[in-house]
Amino acid sequence: MARTPADLVRAEPDPPFEITFDGRTVTALPGQSVAAALWAAGILAWRTTRHGGRPRGAFCGIGQCYDCLATVNGEPNRRACLVPARPGDAITTQEGHGHAGLAV
Amino acid sequence: MPGSPSEPYDLAVVGAGPAGLAGAATAARLGLSVAVLDAAAQVGGQYFRHPAPGLGAARPQALHHDWAAFTELRGRFEASGATHLAGHHVWAVTRQGEEAWSVHALVGVDDGAGAGREGGDVPADGGRGGTDTGEGRGTRGGRADGTYSRSALADGSRGTGSAEVSGTPGAGTGGEGRTGAGFRGRRPVRLHARAVLFATGAGERQLPFPGWTLPGVVGAGGAQAMLKSGLVLPGRRIVVAGSGPLLLAVASSLAAAGAQVPAVVEASGYLGYARRPGALAANPHKLLEASVHGAALLRHRVPLRTRSAVTEAHGTDRVEAVTVSRLDRDWRPVPGTGRRVACDALAVGHGLAPQTELATGLGCTTRRTPDGTYALVLGRFQQTSVPGLWAAGEAGGTGGWQLARVEGELAGIAVAARLRALPALTRSRRVRDLARRRDRMRAFAGAMAAAHAPGPGWTAWLDDDTDVCRCEEVTAGSVREAVTALGARDARTVKLLTRAGMGWCQGRMCGAAVACLAASGTAQGTVPPSAERRPLAVPVPLGSLAALPEDPGQGDT
Ligand code: FES
Repeated sequence: MARTPADLVRAEPDPPFEITFDGRTVTALPGQSVAAALWAAGILAWRTTRHGGRPRGAFCGIGQCYDCLATVNGEPNRRACLVPARPGDAITTQEGHGHAGLAV
Repeated sequence: MPGSPSEPYDLAVVGAGPAGLAGAATAARLGLSVAVLDAAAQVGGQYFRHPAPGLGAARPQALHHDWAAFTELRGRFEASGATHLAGHHVWAVTRQGEEAWSVHALVGVDDGAGAGREGGDVPADGGRGGTDTGEGRGTRGGRADGTYSRSALADGSRGTGSAEVSGTPGAGTGGEGRTGAGFRGRRPVRLHARAVLFATGAGERQLPFPGWTLPGVVGAGGAQAMLKSGLVLPGRRIVVAGSGPLLLAVASSLAAAGAQVPAVVEASGYLGYARRPGALAANPHKLLEASVHGAALLRHRVPLRTRSAVTEAHGTDRVEAVTVSRLDRDWRPVPGTGRRVACDALAVGHGLAPQTELATGLGCTTRRTPDGTYALVLGRFQQTSVPGLWAAGEAGGTGGWQLARVEGELAGIAVAARLRALPALTRSRRVRDLARRRDRMRAFAGAMAAAHAPGPGWTAWLDDDTDVCRCEEVTAGSVREAVTALGARDARTVKLLTRAGMGWCQGRMCGAAVACLAASGTAQGTVPPSAERRPLAVPVPLGSLAALPEDPGQGDT
């Protein structure tokens, strides 16, 4: 029985690379979205809400809910479930409205 | 102007899932010029989402027991000559005249599937802005207009997702983003076509409950999508809950991928199916599918609890447990039946809601499905109520990928029959056979939807502090106040009074819930959610709108 999703599909990924989340190093695989790379590292929340300051992360997984907004390399309001992770990306927790309007 | 750069495509297909691929392949094989616009980097849609090549999945079929059918369909599409425009977020379709439509899309939004290219492969194509329709449409301020044409796309771009576009990087800030993801390179583009096929699929319907905004609570479809494309799980111990057949598929793939699934919690029973034995007997593949998932659940020792729901998720910064309660016939929790189940994630969803906003924006008629969503009304050959517009797959009501593929093929034939003035095309044996299969599967889809329709009592899960609208953090209490104290009777009024549905997702996550709460103030008790009417199908930066050339209006074909 498969222990991991990668085992299940017998994945032999291209070499992994590093991104950071709030300064912490996270390993990502080529082809993973930012959200997938964070999930793989056990990170489920990367923004806080405007009113309650509550943590949120990916919910719909397909670009519809906008709960996964993150600041990627200084750019706020990126949907982490859609943005492909790239080597060296710096992901930071997006607080509130991300200091920008709806920049999608 | 045949042969001129302004020559429109015969058919624009929105969506590259099974319906879109089948429709495009069929129409292209029948001689039409076809472009398929899709937001994702790879074809397949949500159902056939699969890992990016870099993940090196040797056995993608382990996540799809229909993988062979998909590769066959994809092969047919690739061989058909249809153009694939990946990374294209279509936000509106507008009428340009008789048999003339403009499809508006943003490229390079978030995902960068169609961007991340260097600027050099964008053809300079000076002057075409004015020739596109022969109307001297503006290249305002010297900006080229971002209009696709057949000739610009004829060579080299097919299947690569690196669509060529006439024009400059439009309303973006210019240049590629630092990540190379193309965010800064986003730009509006436009494609002309004589017919449009909406193969836009469906989104997941959510019913809120206390704690559903905690990290670790994810959509059942979302968990499935992240697993299929990114090979990741939201946790190790994942409760799967909600309603509908998707839950069984999600639970069996999560379990196969190594998650422990303490329970599948289904709010309906399965007795609803038994009331329609005809629909079941006529769709043996559905029984087979169910038994495959059922067997997988047995093998992984996953218990299935019917007539139950997760009525609360517990935790502070992430989910640590859920409460599972028995439901009465109306989906009201039976007092005293709540049981706590420890978990570190919850995958939850209450069926699928057709994505119809592009079509309803053009006036296409909708119908209410047996489970309370809205789907497009479609004719015998998949035509919508607006001539020149067709639809296939989930946009016409949730029914699964086989139905989508059949409907796509039917639509492809019908569009070719119409555009080539060959009505005989629709009288073939193949068409009769496809229509028969379509009708049979539609009947089953109706039975399935009825069996999983939310009961009116589900709103009893909500306490006044529960966020209903995730984006704007509007609580059930304030929605109820808008209904009882301020007299709101529909979701639109609630939105104006509370901001529920006014945030980023534009009510996609909370729309069904808000409509139900609004309905509780009315005589009949349940009011259907208002049919999706959003002026733009995806959020569009104002700069992109401003950069659009003025449309030339009617009669330019
Ligand atoms: S998780 Fe919903 S938009 Fe990304």
